[in-house]
Amino acid sequence: MPKIRVCNLYPELLNIYGDRGNTIAVVQRARWHGLEVEVTDVTLGDRVDFRQFDILLIGGGQDREQRLIAEDFARVKGSSLHEAVLDGLVVLAICGGYQLMGRYYQTADGAQLPGLSIFDAWTEAGPTRMVGNVVVETELFGEPRTLVGFENHSGRTFLGPTARPLGRVLKGHGNNGQDGREGVVYRNAIGTYLHGSLLPKNPHLTDWLLQRALDRRYGGEVQLGRLDDTIEERAHAAMVRRLLR
Amino acid sequence: MGLRSLLALWAGKLVLWAARAVGRAGSSLPGRVARLVDPGILTALAARTPGGHAVITGTNGKTTTAKMLAGILAVAGQRVVHNRAGANLIAGVTTAFLADATWSGRVRGSVGVLEVDEASMGATCREVRPRAAVVTNFFRDQLDRYGELANTVELVRRGLDRLAPGSPVALNADDPLCAVLGAPAIPEVAAAAEAAPQAGAAAARAAEAGPGEAGTAIRPVYYGLEDTEVATGEEGTADVRHCIRCGRPYEYEVRYYAHLGRYRCPGCGLTRPRPQVYARKVYELGPRGSTFELVTPMGSFLCRLQVPGLYNIYNALAAVAGAVALGLDLEAIRRGLESTGTAFGRMERLEIRGREVFLALVKNPVGYNEVLRTVLSTDARKNLVLCLNDLAADGTDISWIWDVNFEALAEREAEINFILCSGLRAEELAVRLKYAGFPTSKISVEPDLGRALEQGLAFVRPGELLYILPTYTAMLQMREILRRQGHLPPLWEV
Repeated sequence: MPKIRVCNLYPELLNIYGDRGNTIAVVQRARWHGLEVEVTDVTLGDRVDFRQFDILLIGGGQDREQRLIAEDFARVKGSSLHEAVLDGLVVLAICGGYQLMGRYYQTADGAQLPGLSIFDAWTEAGPTRMVGNVVVETELFGEPRTLVGFENHSGRTFLGPTARPLGRVLKGHGNNGQDGREGVVYRNAIGTYLHGSLLPKNPHLTDWLLQRALDRRYGGEVQLGRLDDTIEERAHAAMVRRLLR
Repeated sequence: MGLRSLLALWAGKLVLWAARAVGRAGSSLPGRVARLVDPGILTALAARTPGGHAVITGTNGKTTTAKMLAGILAVAGQRVVHNRAGANLIAGVTTAFLADATWSGRVRGSVGVLEVDEASMGATCREVRPRAAVVTNFFRDQLDRYGELANTVELVRRGLDRLAPGSPVALNADDPLCAVLGAPAIPEVAAAAEAAPQAGAAAARAAEAGPGEAGTAIRPVYYGLEDTEVATGEEGTADVRHCIRCGRPYEYEVRYYAHLGRYRCPGCGLTRPRPQVYARKVYELGPRGSTFELVTPMGSFLCRLQVPGLYNIYNALAAVAGAVALGLDLEAIRRGLESTGTAFGRMERLEIRGREVFLALVKNPVGYNEVLRTVLSTDARKNLVLCLNDLAADGTDISWIWDVNFEALAEREAEINFILCSGLRAEELAVRLKYAGFPTSKISVEPDLGRALEQGLAFVRPGELLYILPTYTAMLQMREILRRQGHLPPLWEV
């Protein structure tokens, strides 16, 4: 049975916006697709080779946790994670995790928390929080599809010239509330502000992550079938209808 | 009372009268109108209440704790000013006084029991000048409104700072975020711990000082559980794994649920204080009530609560600690507690067309988990209507449902006939249940609350239980539907 190795990064520090829902979605869908799943929690101080994993999930947290993690990235995990992303590791980084994978996070008092520079992006603290439901249109799947989620961030993220956004905001603020862009995609890594939880009501995104992970590990030999997503699609469509009417 | 205050009182009472004439509870609008006419109206009315006031705040259990404390005071012969329907912003508190006062401005109540939203604690305490306070607990709730949990604790601390020095405050000893309110703030501990996680000299000094000693303006009355057999061991979420003072992870000897338990911070030495009011032994925890041995500084007795769940034992302990703070006697406490039924929509028991129906508010993961534990405390066949709204008062961010242990329902699915998902985010609840492993054949979606209630009642067979678990605004709507059908009294007669 093909196997998917999931890494939950800092689960006890970054879990405030229903990030647990994303892990549940990956694990359940992998099982329903007939895959074997193994979840490993990795936290502060753990030294790991991230290339051994297939999917890495990192969530959002509060200021104190952000600082602890920036330090752990710099001292312990940064280079291993960077190498693994270059190697094709599938990553879903949300909110705080997304910010720390960029170049830097500039706090309200002007201090700069260094990031991993995996994404060509940087974040500056803003005066107000951007809070609410979001609909994004993405080209990630070849044809335009929507993603729905919830954002709650004061950081404004800007993409550099080499960065490719995850999508275009149809409703909500997105990266910075100014340029209509949301998230970033680099190789198999996605950074985004959408939680809510994101993956359960966007099953096409979950399956994209799983397929990319299988392609990396099994070179295209394992193809996912289709599941009955009536319940998920109904939740997705209800939000698209409500927000775009 | 000055003319302006009188005009404000009359304006507020007229709005209240008009609201009730058209069948509305009018729990906030009269207060808002009166405060527009005279922003000092609450201060004026509160000062005219001879016995003073107790405020009740915290994340979960405010309404039930306030109801129990009001019940104890009533048994002790007091007339209580009480915002019983849970309108706990300052306008709601003002309305409670408007309803109680006569048209000439005389406050009929002898004492106030006021449930206060955490974010309104500062303003309400400034105007009401309470002589005692009760803090129930701090759990993650509505991130979109309060922001981080540490902010909420700070908001409450600022409110408590407005109490006269030496005022008694009932604090949950088992909740480190709550207990820390009785400990002096030691800023150098935070600085030392961040600079060197091995804990510096300042932290060591703090460890010797312990909570509740020199430098505290308030007088803490701690309450908690002393029966380790009821511990569930269930862990909470990240925001409370680390000490609010120094950032080191707490160490737990016993965990009742979430972050409530016997803890100690190895960094700054914050240790669970010894409670003065506690449950020594829990004998029964059933779906309709519980029995436990209650100990207070004045003596102990076997307490029989009409409200179910471990969380309601905590609420009872909070109310008793509040009563101790107010100087009430043991007999009033016993009779008051035992005569208190469930508060407004808190596992309220109804009988509708011969079916036993329970209505229980669910508003955050910890509260939801405790309600589910109570639902599953009986092996009777059950049916559930879960209602999820995402209006401002519910929290517009519903990601918290992914932290609720719906997997517990999936494990016991054989006892559950169906789960009907309703409310503005009904479809998302269905997704949550599917991913919890609950069989999709037993999940249905009906966003309209009235139709969901009808379907729920239609499918329940005699002898089975129907649980309706709504978020805040869904509960108000559901109660209104039940009231129109004659199953509930109007809100103001609660």
